Amino acid sequence: MLILRREIEFQLYENLDTLSLLKRSRFMEHNEHTFSAVLDTAEKIATDCFLPHNHLADQNEPSFDGQKVTMLPAVKIAYQAFADAGFIAARYDFDEGGMQLPESVMTACSGYFMAANPSSTAYPFLTTAAANVIKHFASADLKARYLEPMLAGSYSGTMALTEPHAGSSLAEITTSATLHADGTYRIKGAKLYISGGDHELTENIVHLVLAKIPGGPSGVKGISLFIVPKYRGDGDNRVKNDIVLAGLIHKLGYRGTTSTALTFGEQGDCHGYLVGEPHKGLQYMFMMMNEARVGVGYGAAMIGYRGFQYSLEYAKERLQGGKAIVEHGDVKRMLLAQKAYTEGAIALCFYGARLVDDIHTADAEQARDAAELLDLLTPVIKAWPSEYGPKANDLGIQVMGGAGYTREYYAEQFWRDNRLNPIHEGTNGIQALDLLGRKLWQNKQQGLAQLFALVQTDCAIASGPVGQQAAECISHYLAQMPALIDSLGADLQSKESQALQLANAECFMKVFSGVILAWQWLRQINTAEQRLGTELTSEKADYYHGKCQAGQYFVRWELPQIAPYITLLQNRDDSCHKMRTNWF
Amino acid sequence: MKVLVPIKRAIDYNVKVKVKADQSDVDLANVKMALNPFCEIAVEEAIRLKEKGDVTEIVAVSIGPDACVEQIRTALALGADRGIHIKTELNLDSLQIAKLLKTVVSDENPDLVILGKQSIDSDNNQTGQMLAALTNMGQGTFASEVSIADGKVEVTREIDGGLQTVALQLPAIITTDLRLNEPRYASLPNIMKAKRKPVAVFNADELGVTLASNVTLLKVTPPAQRKGGVKVADVAELVSKLKDEAKVIS
Ligand SMILES: Cc1cc2nc3c(=O)[nH]c(=O)nc-3n(C[C@H](O)[C@H](O)[C@H](O)COP(=O)(O)OP(=O)(O)OC[C@H]3O[C@@H](n4cnc5c(N)ncnc54)[C@H](O)[C@@H]3O)c2cc1C
Repeated sequence: MLILRREIEFQLYENLDTLSLLKRSRFMEHNEHTFSAVLDTAEKIATDCFLPHNHLADQNEPSFDGQKVTMLPAVKIAYQAFADAGFIAARYDFDEGGMQLPESVMTACSGYFMAANPSSTAYPFLTTAAANVIKHFASADLKARYLEPMLAGSYSGTMALTEPHAGSSLAEITTSATLHADGTYRIKGAKLYISGGDHELTENIVHLVLAKIPGGPSGVKGISLFIVPKYRGDGDNRVKNDIVLAGLIHKLGYRGTTSTALTFGEQGDCHGYLVGEPHKGLQYMFMMMNEARVGVGYGAAMIGYRGFQYSLEYAKERLQGGKAIVEHGDVKRMLLAQKAYTEGAIALCFYGARLVDDIHTADAEQARDAAELLDLLTPVIKAWPSEYGPKANDLGIQVMGGAGYTREYYAEQFWRDNRLNPIHEGTNGIQALDLLGRKLWQNKQQGLAQLFALVQTDCAIASGPVGQQAAECISHYLAQMPALIDSLGADLQSKESQALQLANAECFMKVFSGVILAWQWLRQINTAEQRLGTELTSEKADYYHGKCQAGQYFVRWELPQIAPYITLLQNRDDSCHKMRTNWF
Repeated sequence: MKVLVPIKRAIDYNVKVKVKADQSDVDLANVKMALNPFCEIAVEEAIRLKEKGDVTEIVAVSIGPDACVEQIRTALALGADRGIHIKTELNLDSLQIAKLLKTVVSDENPDLVILGKQSIDSDNNQTGQMLAALTNMGQGTFASEVSIADGKVEVTREIDGGLQTVALQLPAIITTDLRLNEPRYASLPNIMKAKRKPVAVFNADELGVTLASNVTLLKVTPPAQRKGGVKVADVAELVSKLKDEAKVIS
């Protein structure tokens, strides 16, 4: 069993009221059956087509002979099954061939693929993301040429942002796009780490490339977005665009996904087509950013969760000292921590997905609130699961002892795969800066005010013993937040102390995300204690007792770990800031 | 030409089956249920016959509690045209199921009934055969190939030691084996289309069939734990172990 359907259904229907979406006109055609049928299809394709080659693809990385990239045939079969089922267009309107599926349900589906095989899943997910950008910002002509075949599964997509010298700092990219007499552009430059940048899975690959049009504004304001296909034209007119695969990059994990160094326009003949208006490229990308970052956080949570389930199964069967190791206190600790990290992260990501649904389909006021809240939560939704997912996988290895360290078992692969998540889609360091330097103060702090009010409400409604105790602990830390944030805000205003504050951004991320995760656990405890108050068979009750116990663990063991970071922030500790390069 | 496909809601084949502590049955609490894999193959075969132009209508029928509607919807999303749900909370055995299906056959007059050869929960492998006896139709069981021509259906059967091909007059009964086809997945657009397809509901106890079962489930036990293996040095040691310890050769 890949992941427990029970957990997904708890998140969708008990902890969140996903069925309330059915009242909104966009989702009226749906019902619980259509949702569960899509989940069935996702689970089946993930289990049949993605899961079986997860380990094989890790052991048999794609290779490049100078002409062609070769990989396991199973990857292509999986890609086609995903596309044929209609997942790439699942969010689109019915008359666009879509299913008008809510983000909440789409998130639930994605989880199956991420848990089954993150590296093969990367190909259709990148296509889905690239297709979304094209759908929103490209002209009708470009959509007809590129979007349609992407939805049908015959073209795939990539996101080509990073360059060898410009990763976190995209302002510094140097790839150029020069207007040609025919109205298209000629692209020249080098991109690095481009996932899915070359392969034979599809007839064509559509690169979404960030480049600068000479003479435009400097920095991020001068970045434009281009469609740059691997092949130009159709049928007999089809020619290879001037893009060279300089080489494949060999990685710690995600080995099944090709990671490429691409050179555009070596011969001066790489054609690119402008998406939307000039100089708005980064803006377009940013409009898709929240969803993309929630996706990364959720993927990390799911790889973590799969590792948790995997080590749990092992622990139930492995006997030591006359009993299954799951019965030993220290193993329980490691399993409980994994449960607390991963199910906490999953709850947070579902919460984020629901906000995306509210942004698109709630009434105007609620939609604005949701947008403000999601803006604030996004750095946490990206960073916390991607830090704690791999931590869970690390504990999974430890639970399994020697077996966990061997390549005969999957635990080490989960960890290696998940280790990417704190790095891409904005490193976690950049997320912390984004939170403290920008998101916290955005929208006149409306998002923050909402968040505090929501946490307080959930503390107030806690009525069971576990929930009330959790609410008390959370309230203790929550009460310290406004003064801490105000004082940091004041210091961020001044030029000299700003650098010190930002050097401690990670401290603030730890404190802020600790409170948010404890709140997400409180919400789950509240739901569970409410159900436990009704008549339940003992098997049904077990599930909810598990939620309460993991929530209690989080609040008692993990949440208090933010205390020293609060002190560091209050003391304006300058240990890192004052360190000098030549002292290392 | 009309095809009737009886389908069963069964434990998902990916679930690690556990026995209840009191050994009264398999533990189904919090367990994922799905369309029985052999039934899925039956639905797929009906759809392929329809795509070939041999069949015009596919009716999926399921017997069981309310939740069976999920499996009927799955069949509709795969390509069946309409559904029939015969509702019962009782745990019926094959003979009662076959008798209930006979009432559907009398109502619907299908030219072909395609069933899975067995369900992966009870593994009985008898409903199709019983239905054939009750309805006096010819049967082609364990099908690995099906083709229709001139009012007849040719069924290639998987039998011990090889394949056997039988030609049956229509109407006939077919039960599917694993290699008959590879079922498709329900695509998202088809899931939406399935919503508009009709499902008729009947109560099992109103169809004139005695539902009392003659079979009582006494006890369910898990299979014995596999013992750890040993490495043997050479073929001679293997042969001696097979002879003296396992006693499987003499
Ligand atoms: C497997 C994999 C797949 C990828 N897929 C893609 C893809 O498909 N498309 C794409 O465009 N890119 C992709 N990337 C690139 C990825 O987005 C970058 O690696 C990431 O943005 C970091 O950039 P960098 O590697 O240049 O690191 P750097 O930017 O050099 O960062 C190195 C370290 O410095 C820190 N740092 C950098 N700037 C600051 C700052 N201002 N303040 C504080 N700390 C800072 C970072 O947090 C990090 O710890 C992929 C990367 C990998 C490893």
